[in-house]
Amino acid sequence: MGEHCAIVGIGQTKHDTLRIDVSVPGLIREAVTKAFEDAGVSWGDIDAVVLGKAPDMFEGTMMPELFLADALGAVGKPMLRVHTAGSVGGSTALVAASLIQAGIHKRVLTVAYEKQSESNAMWALTVRIPFQQAIVAGAGGYFAPLIRAYMARTKAPEDTGIRVALKDRLNALKNPTSHLTFPDVTYDMVRDSPMLWDPIRYLETCPSSDGACAMVLAAEDAAKQSPNPPAWVHGTAMRSEPTMFPGRDQVNPQAGRDCAAELYKKAGIQNPRKELDCAEIYVPFSWFEPMWMENLGFAPEGEGWKMTQEGATAIDGDLPVNASGGVLSSNPIGASGMIRFAESALQVRGRAGEHQVPGAKKALGHAYGGGSQFFAMWIVGSEQP
Amino acid sequence: MRDVAIVSFAQAKNVRRELDANEVEMVMPVVREAVEQSGIPRREIDFTCSGSCDYLAGQPFSFVSALDAVGAWPPISESHVEMDGAWALYEAWVKIQIGDIDSALIYAFGKASMGDLPDVLTLQLDPYYMAPLSPDSVSLAALQARAYLETSGHSERDLAVIAARSRKDAKTNPAAQLTGDFDPERLLGDPYLVSPLRKHDCPPISDGAAAIVLAAGDLARKVSKRPAWIRGIDHRIEAHGLGNRDLAKSLSTAEAGRRAGVGDGNVDVAELHAPFTHQELILRDALGLANDVRVNPSGGPLAGNPMMVAGLARFGEAARLLMDGQASRAVAHATSGPCLQQNMVAVLEGE
Repeated sequence: MGEHCAIVGIGQTKHDTLRIDVSVPGLIREAVTKAFEDAGVSWGDIDAVVLGKAPDMFEGTMMPELFLADALGAVGKPMLRVHTAGSVGGSTALVAASLIQAGIHKRVLTVAYEKQSESNAMWALTVRIPFQQAIVAGAGGYFAPLIRAYMARTKAPEDTGIRVALKDRLNALKNPTSHLTFPDVTYDMVRDSPMLWDPIRYLETCPSSDGACAMVLAAEDAAKQSPNPPAWVHGTAMRSEPTMFPGRDQVNPQAGRDCAAELYKKAGIQNPRKELDCAEIYVPFSWFEPMWMENLGFAPEGEGWKMTQEGATAIDGDLPVNASGGVLSSNPIGASGMIRFAESALQVRGRAGEHQVPGAKKALGHAYGGGSQFFAMWIVGSEQP
Repeated sequence: MRDVAIVSFAQAKNVRRELDANEVEMVMPVVREAVEQSGIPRREIDFTCSGSCDYLAGQPFSFVSALDAVGAWPPISESHVEMDGAWALYEAWVKIQIGDIDSALIYAFGKASMGDLPDVLTLQLDPYYMAPLSPDSVSLAALQARAYLETSGHSERDLAVIAARSRKDAKTNPAAQLTGDFDPERLLGDPYLVSPLRKHDCPPISDGAAAIVLAAGDLARKVSKRPAWIRGIDHRIEAHGLGNRDLAKSLSTAEAGRRAGVGDGNVDVAELHAPFTHQELILRDALGLANDVRVNPSGGPLAGNPMMVAGLARFGEAARLLMDGQASRAVAHATSGPCLQQNMVAVLEGE
């Protein structure tokens, strides 16, 4: 386990379709400045910087950590650049945490971003021949058949996805950083939105966002000096499985189950649904909420949809999921995983504002990527482990 | 800090254009060889970390399919940096320091032949102020070479001597791409590519892959007769803008070298990730290497320079000399970015 690691500062941009008012460095600085205010630190207090983002082609700059070294105050310091597909925001936070846990640094700044208005994510995510057969369009084209398989396996009511989307879109109204907000959203409005990749409707899909998320992580001594309550890391885990392997179950991937099992073991969790107060889960398409509820062990196999239908995942349910509005409401891809990690920390610090889950003490942050094959997770708590 | 050592190293032959293998096929034999050499069964290796760059293949997520070369089933604990594999090695070293795990597999691959490398590297520059001017990587290195030659007292002849020595040393390296006996005086008769650099001052464009296995303390001693211990390791980045730093010096290398403890003992040999001849001299100065320190006996990047691999390969080549008993204290160095913007330095010692 190594040294204790705490999250002492968190900052996010206002996520939006097109942040034409800021450059990439400007976008990042907006998140970092807020994280520094929260942590009560400045550039000189930071020992190292860990940057994460999804494919460089989204913005058209190869290895952008090089030109961002100046804007991130990294000159003269160690700087790492992580990329693990959609899970990257989560794994970036884990790499930053490992620098504290290994006793190498006292304070590490970690940042993840995407400025998707610079390109078209749908086609950037469509892997072309000769690398793959041209059979799918965008991430939705890849994941829709997996959702179909889940529906066939579990006989889940067809409106489960609609209910997830409605819940997350209502939660998003309570989060000032949300990209998509529909103040008058209703069940019928989600149901009647256009079908994009059957069974995924327009309002059951994540947006393409410009946005960034930053966190200041600190070792024990430094955390105890911070002005606001810290969140403590209770456990971390990562798992990956191959792309081309016929033994994979892409609906309920082994990598996700193994990752959760190791995570709970490290954090001393026996019954995740009872012991965790809330969870921020990577749900880019509505149906992934019930699918991940099973994969993460919150529900028995085949019964994840019941949690959604019974309202267990609502902000006043027994396991609030994505009180922030989730990936469905803001999706700067490279940052989306880190936002999940940051939102789980905000909850246990009691600093989530209007979307605060009352009395949250232990929370899960979850990110996944690739074709449901890369997983990164952490559990954070208000108490030092 | 926990004792961590390099216990095996494998690399593909560097070639100008690998036509017969895609990236997965390039990585697979190298990973297999490194794992076999390490003596640690693959399923017992605790962590895997890789380095690569999408822009070389010209497609997003090129590392995703490369994972298939590792055989990640049952699922493995794994991560990836969009950097040279040397930084993947650093991430793995950090993970081992936490104390939960004892071993790691690191691999890197780069297939520059899928694009026009000097043009691709232009996209690495600040997209607002520098990339639109489209300076290619050789021209930027030439600016640095000019700045160095004019302040250091070194001559173009000194650079040609480095090129000739590298290609000569590479004759004994089966992975090297560019080898042979060359007379520095004759090399100087060649025209400039971008003044003051001639073709021999520049690295070849290479396709390649490499893999390393790290092991901690007792495990390293158990599986290896002479592990290459990492005694110190550090990396630093500098300002990106070429006008914001002294191109004739490498302050980040000097700082990383100081923190890694390069000056704390006698250095037998150094494997330096200096793709251009003049950069070897800049790095020597920054690390304070004595004149008798042998540099790049493998031939170095001037004999084969697969992007994202060449830095990790320096660690492997330095470790190999220690594992073979040819040296007892070595320096390994990796670089990233235009004109040595980011640098990593490690001190390795034999048993």
